[in-house]
Amino acid sequence: MTATAYERAERRKAWAFALPALLWTGFFFLVPFAYMAAISFWTRQGREIVATWTLDNYVAFFEKAHLFKGLVVSLEITAAVTVISILLAYPLAWIIAERVPKKWQRFALIMAILPFWTSYVVRSYSWLLVLSKGGVVNQALLWLGVIAEPLELSANRIGTIIGFVHFFVMLLTLTIYANLIQLSPNYRRAAADLGANAFQTFWFVVLPLTLPGIMVGAFLTFVLCIGDYITPQILGGNNELVLPQVIMLQLGRRADFPMAAALSLVLMVVVTLAYIACARWLKMERT
Amino acid sequence: MMTKTVSSGFSRRMLLATAAVLVLAPAGAQAQDELNALVWCDHTDPALVEPFEKANNVKVNLKEYEGTGAAISIIEQSRPGDWDVLVIDAVDVPRAIDMDILSEMPADKLPLGDLFPEVRMEETTTKDGKVYAVTEKFGYNTISFDKTKVDPADMDDLSVIWSDKYKGRIALYDYYLPMVGLTGVGIGKKTADLKQEDLPAIKEKLFEMKKVARQVSDVVASQTALATGEVDIVVGGGEWLTAGLSGEKPNLDWTIPKQGALRWAQSIGVFKDSEKQDLALKFVQYIVSPEGQARLATSSCYWAMPANAKAGEHLTDPQKAALRWDKQPEYLKNSQLYPVADADMDAAMQDVWTEMLQQ
Repeated sequence: MTATAYERAERRKAWAFALPALLWTGFFFLVPFAYMAAISFWTRQGREIVATWTLDNYVAFFEKAHLFKGLVVSLEITAAVTVISILLAYPLAWIIAERVPKKWQRFALIMAILPFWTSYVVRSYSWLLVLSKGGVVNQALLWLGVIAEPLELSANRIGTIIGFVHFFVMLLTLTIYANLIQLSPNYRRAAADLGANAFQTFWFVVLPLTLPGIMVGAFLTFVLCIGDYITPQILGGNNELVLPQVIMLQLGRRADFPMAAALSLVLMVVVTLAYIACARWLKMERT
Repeated sequence: MMTKTVSSGFSRRMLLATAAVLVLAPAGAQAQDELNALVWCDHTDPALVEPFEKANNVKVNLKEYEGTGAAISIIEQSRPGDWDVLVIDAVDVPRAIDMDILSEMPADKLPLGDLFPEVRMEETTTKDGKVYAVTEKFGYNTISFDKTKVDPADMDDLSVIWSDKYKGRIALYDYYLPMVGLTGVGIGKKTADLKQEDLPAIKEKLFEMKKVARQVSDVVASQTALATGEVDIVVGGGEWLTAGLSGEKPNLDWTIPKQGALRWAQSIGVFKDSEKQDLALKFVQYIVSPEGQARLATSSCYWAMPANAKAGEHLTDPQKAALRWDKQPEYLKNSQLYPVADADMDAAMQDVWTEMLQQ
């Protein structure tokens, strides 16, 4: 069966509408990405960057423990941040969706996303003031007599995780809340009719139905967290390096773009794997 | 109708006036020349640049960068002629000369004879007898500390930085080149003679330093940590970290220990492809003049010693005291230049530093 003239015209129109987006993606993502991928196979010899095709940069990444550890540290921190953020965001989203009166929900959401309105760098430095030895937390605990010596809450992994969690709890709260308010109360009524208690209703009915919201938020958290440079740089005290910091180190003085490109591609592969793992929940259409 | 006529006439006059402004405006804008400079943050202080701008009716556009690698990538992404003036780590001037981006400057038009002899650095700023850059500012990577919280006498011995005495109260400056060199000085190795065979011993000491350090941080974070009491010592710091705070934080101090310290220097040159060679040279001349040097030395971003010894006439006594002006003969004698590393040695030093960070 051949397409009618009308169908062909419609198809052309659809392509015409999609063309700007395709060109944008092509010029500003695919071309730079292909260039970066090509550079990752080049090498730096002396002060020169030589366009020879080699796997040297990738081999170095797996052979040099201090480079590979960047990925390990990134994954450990990202996993911790994602899990902690989900555990904190879910109850918060649930309270906003279920316990806050409808007329106050918008206000509660605005309060929840307020931290997004400030600069990322300013927010990280603010956390440094809060978590430092002479910061608000330590001073309060010392004054209350809870501790005798200041706790080490900054310039380490704890500081980095706190800084990240503060940001990503807000993000996850939004995605989970959006999912929760779409749930019909009939699901819970039906579960109660069938004899389920509150915990069973949550565990077997509500939680599975809000998994898409959790997974969308978790995926965004994973992607944004694993690629972040600012928070670990400010709050981590450089006591361990995440992969983006290792990438920056290649560029800072030596301008080793091939190695930086190779490490960036490794990071992209990790993000792609995370996407594949979450793809089931990231579909746009509803099943 | 009358209103319309008046309005039309008014509109016509406005149109003519606007056209006249538009025609004349570019001519007016062109009257003020522009100079594009790729610089370190100390050059962005208006107190430094404005006198030159006013005297020469020129607008100096400043682009700040950190790290020679960043500068090189900016230059490579620019068109020839985009940049007129370059400020660069003195140790990297040969790299810039090899890249053929610097223009030769007439030696007789620069106050080279007025520079402190130790910072003239002909071996890096000249090639085949031609001057490509001139040292404009220098200082030390040594030890900065809070004299109310540590025993200043302890700071006279570099070995304190890997002892347990100040465990958890030390920040390490996050730049491998001076830190590897300084650690080498601490164990008796001269920076000029550093070889890859020396790196294992230096690595061992760096690991020990990491164990007793609270953090490894950049300029801003190190300065903040010292000023707020997060740490009491910054290894790799110097006058550039504390001298600028001498007025409000007199408790902060710096010294050069008995083993010595590292001496850093920054240089300034003119881009070969600049279309404003004369104006760019004029800017360089201003920066290395005694007045420009005094302003650069006390720039708001960081303070450090002016390369021109005659700048002292333009500095106040408290400024000189903060910079340790009188101690310079002794300090210059007891400090060594950054390791001049080839690409392989540079990569090896960075690997050692990254290993230390990942410990």
